[in-house]
Amino acid sequence: MKNNWPLWEVFVRSKNGLEHRHFGSLHAADAEMALENARDVYTRRNEGVSIWVVESKHITASNPENSGELFEPAQDKVYRHPTFYTLPDEVKHM
Amino acid sequence: MKNENLIQYICGVADNALILGQRLSELCGHGPNLETDIALTNMALDLLGQTRSYYQYAAQLSDKDKTEDDIAFLRVERQYKNVLLVEQPNTHFGYVITRQFFYDVFHLLLLQELQTSKDETLSAIAKKAIKEVSYHQRFSSDWIKRLGDGTEESHQKVQEAVNDLWKFTDELFHMTQDDRLAVDSRIGIDVTTLKEKYYQRIGEVLEEATLTIPEIKWFQKGGKQGIHSEHMGYLLADLQYMQRTYPNMKW
Repeated sequence: MKNNWPLWEVFVRSKNGLEHRHFGSLHAADAEMALENARDVYTRRNEGVSIWVVESKHITASNPENSGELFEPAQDKVYRHPTFYTLPDEVKHM
Repeated sequence: MKNENLIQYICGVADNALILGQRLSELCGHGPNLETDIALTNMALDLLGQTRSYYQYAAQLSDKDKTEDDIAFLRVERQYKNVLLVEQPNTHFGYVITRQFFYDVFHLLLLQELQTSKDETLSAIAKKAIKEVSYHQRFSSDWIKRLGDGTEESHQKVQEAVNDLWKFTDELFHMTQDDRLAVDSRIGIDVTTLKEKYYQRIGEVLEEATLTIPEIKWFQKGGKQGIHSEHMGYLLADLQYMQRTYPNMKW
């Protein structure tokens, strides 16, 4: 049964105001079943208020071999971080 | 209504959840795959949670020094008042889903009515349980459709389960003496009024699943009087083993 089912990635929003975060993956026959399975596997301990599922094959990932050219040039450019501003207390989750 | 009769009424509702929960928990670690295994175990826990609320209330009403554990573990077979449907074995996944579906549809209709019970505790338990049971019904209905409208083999297997378990559905709508007393005191639900909606809902899902409604006119009964099928003894042996072997043991 499981061998025929595609893999799905599960994203859960743990509370309103926060973004959906990757929780893990599971097998399901279609999107509807993936949602139900995600509900049972990842939110049974009250972890979430919203779930997204997407079939794993629809995710395009960067190649680890290219990490040098993709990410290293950013390492010595601290001025690209907005750390020189003071944030008002009212702004949460930044 | 005397407490004694109310306790019997409560057990009539709660024993179904206990025994079905026990049957589902037997599948823990044995589900067809990880996702379904967790789903079935979740439902077992939902049902056992509901059972606890009912038994705690029954223990509180009892004039003897009883606890929820005594009610769950230390009765003899004849004192359990669950319907025959819920004690039927986990023959294969088609049976597990069909048994669940046949019970969930009834369970949801019952809880919807029980919310309006004059008894505040029962009404509160029903309000809490209804969300869980709505999900159970959604889960089992979806699976009936998937299996029925799936492959030739899954269709044939789930049809076999529907044909075999159909004879246990009528008992859900039988009224015991204690049920009548509870209805008269506006605490309990007259289950005969749920029958039409029940078979309508079941029929809709089976039709969508391309399954055939069995033409069976003869139905099994007895569970509500404490007269159970041959499977019940084995189930209770499993359920009661620890309390019988080590009396009063706690976690």
